[in-house]
Amino acid sequence: MNWIFLQVKNPITDVSSAGSYLPIAIQLIFAVLFIAAMMGLTHWLGPKRNTADKLENFASGIESHGDARQPMAIKYFLVAILFVLFDVEVIFFYPYAVNFRQLGWEGFFAVLMFVGFFLAGFFYIIKKGALNWED
Amino acid sequence: MGVTQILFWVLTVLALGSALMVVTSRNPVYSVLYLILCFFAISGHYILMNAQFLAVVNIIVYAGAIMVLFLFVIMLMNLNASVEPQKNKWLKIAGAIAGGCLLLVLVAAFKDADIKTQLVQTKDGEIGLINNLGMALFKDYVVPFEISSVLFLSAMVGAVVIGKKE
Amino acid sequence: MLLAIDWLLLLEKLVLIVIIVSVSLVIAMYETYAERKIAAFMQDRRGPNRAGPFGLLQPLADGGKLFFKEEIIPNTSNKFLFILGPCLAMMTAMMTSAVIPWGGTVAVFGRSVSLQIADINIGILFVFGVVSMGVYGIMIGGWASNNKFSLLAALRGASQMISYELAMGLSLIALLMMTGSLRLSVIVDQQMTSGVWNVVYQPLGFLIFLVCAFAECNRTPFDLPEAENELNFGYHQEYSSMKLGFYLFAEYINMFISSVIMATLYFGGYDIPFVNEAALIAKGNNWIQWIGPLVLIIKVGFFIFLFMWVRWTIPRFRYDQLMNLGWKKLIPLALLNMVLTGALVLWLKK
Repeated sequence: MNWIFLQVKNPITDVSSAGSYLPIAIQLIFAVLFIAAMMGLTHWLGPKRNTADKLENFASGIESHGDARQPMAIKYFLVAILFVLFDVEVIFFYPYAVNFRQLGWEGFFAVLMFVGFFLAGFFYIIKKGALNWED
Repeated sequence: MGVTQILFWVLTVLALGSALMVVTSRNPVYSVLYLILCFFAISGHYILMNAQFLAVVNIIVYAGAIMVLFLFVIMLMNLNASVEPQKNKWLKIAGAIAGGCLLLVLVAAFKDADIKTQLVQTKDGEIGLINNLGMALFKDYVVPFEISSVLFLSAMVGAVVIGKKE
Repeated sequence: MLLAIDWLLLLEKLVLIVIIVSVSLVIAMYETYAERKIAAFMQDRRGPNRAGPFGLLQPLADGGKLFFKEEIIPNTSNKFLFILGPCLAMMTAMMTSAVIPWGGTVAVFGRSVSLQIADINIGILFVFGVVSMGVYGIMIGGWASNNKFSLLAALRGASQMISYELAMGLSLIALLMMTGSLRLSVIVDQQMTSGVWNVVYQPLGFLIFLVCAFAECNRTPFDLPEAENELNFGYHQEYSSMKLGFYLFAEYINMFISSVIMATLYFGGYDIPFVNEAALIAKGNNWIQWIGPLVLIIKVGFFIFLFMWVRWTIPRFRYDQLMNLGWKKLIPLALLNMVLTGALVLWLKK
């Protein structure tokens, strides 16, 4: 393992090295500590005079009926599943965009075909009304 | 021990620990959160191997998209800790045996494979960078790339058929 | 060996992280002041003017107040997740600043210090990764509150954010095809050397990105998760003390960061307009590197003003209008922009 650090390039500043992620790890630790400190501070400073009324859920003044653990509209679920599919397709475009110039027309037509399939699926879900919010 | 090794062990413990918590958590929302943590640990492993694009795609697609879908499903189906069915004892034993068999098969397979001679290239391999990955994807694997779009199409049709009752 | 890391460099990065995070927190605080002052200006009022000269100490008073408020965790809520929600929101807001180039290389105590915390190969995708985590703060917080208003707002917010994430990712691809790199420092460098900002080549892409940035930050006209007149207070309805503060802070930090990203990608980042920095630095004028971050902040200030201007000008969308805009208009438009850019660039190269 020692040889890694003996080379001339500094792994933290070299973009093609995993070492360039070390500062991000530091920022992550810093953020966690900062948030924990803030939460602790507000917990310590704030008054604690809890009453049963205070700890009830807010429902615009009326008594709350039941809780919020109820099944909900399937539309949200459909949006989420379509998002997953399209998100993966969008991710495929990134490696293409970076190599766009080297790949030239050949790569462009390959992507055009991919976009064609993308649009076919897209028009299908619109025709089927999967994204209509008003039934 | 080098820094890479220390990070490797920390991430491994994190990944395995959170994966265990996914299975043992009573509340399904906790399971999802532990699974997200597990994906982050795996992304950390990818970064150690310098597969930077894979690491970030793992976060965007798995932790950022699929887990949102899972959360939606849990909220949609109203799965609560209080209503989670208690599983049969025999079912648990059967599950443990099946899992143990899979582990045995995997260990046996890896024992004879020659991965011991091909050590993973940590930190400085350039294969996992987006430029090289894109070149490989759009030059050598362009047909599987196109076929994957057909796969997406069929998945979309399936989702709409299930989600949209006529 | 452990000691083989460049510890001095890591220390330098730590100092940089502390400075950048503190600056973004202070800017987020003063955004609240600016928002109130701009609202007052547009509605012909005075706005906050009691705490300090021109009310300049108002954000400090507001922030301090939040610390001394009582923490309320509703009885029926899931306590752990209730606390985790705002922490996640704040966490994602604090992580995005890591890959942004705030300036070139400056000399401090004889060391040349790069004003970017981490210059990683996948730059902008890191930002996307963190942004995609932003959904959890809203979803977990809204669900854990066990309040129907919060739950509805959380679902709306999550659906909205994931929908606009798609269009945002697609609109960027056309830009990346021209730059050929995901590193933000390279994207800024290209704009500095060519002297032409990317917005000139990508006006449509920028417009889509701008709209999506508004939606991702839950700002008007896309502030459905916080629609007061139907959902009371949105997904942070049950929150008080610094937990509420975290949600509000996170929103303002996100606004700041998305302004920075827009300025960096499309408006040259820390590039000083009509000035050839490289030539000046070659003549030994290194002080010019200190001007860059200030120029970036000025550009960012313009975008932040735009966010507030729009808030007090355009009314809120209906939810179906919002979903239609994101899915049926912006996504096809972004795809069209991408294909047109690709064809045009390849055709002109011949």
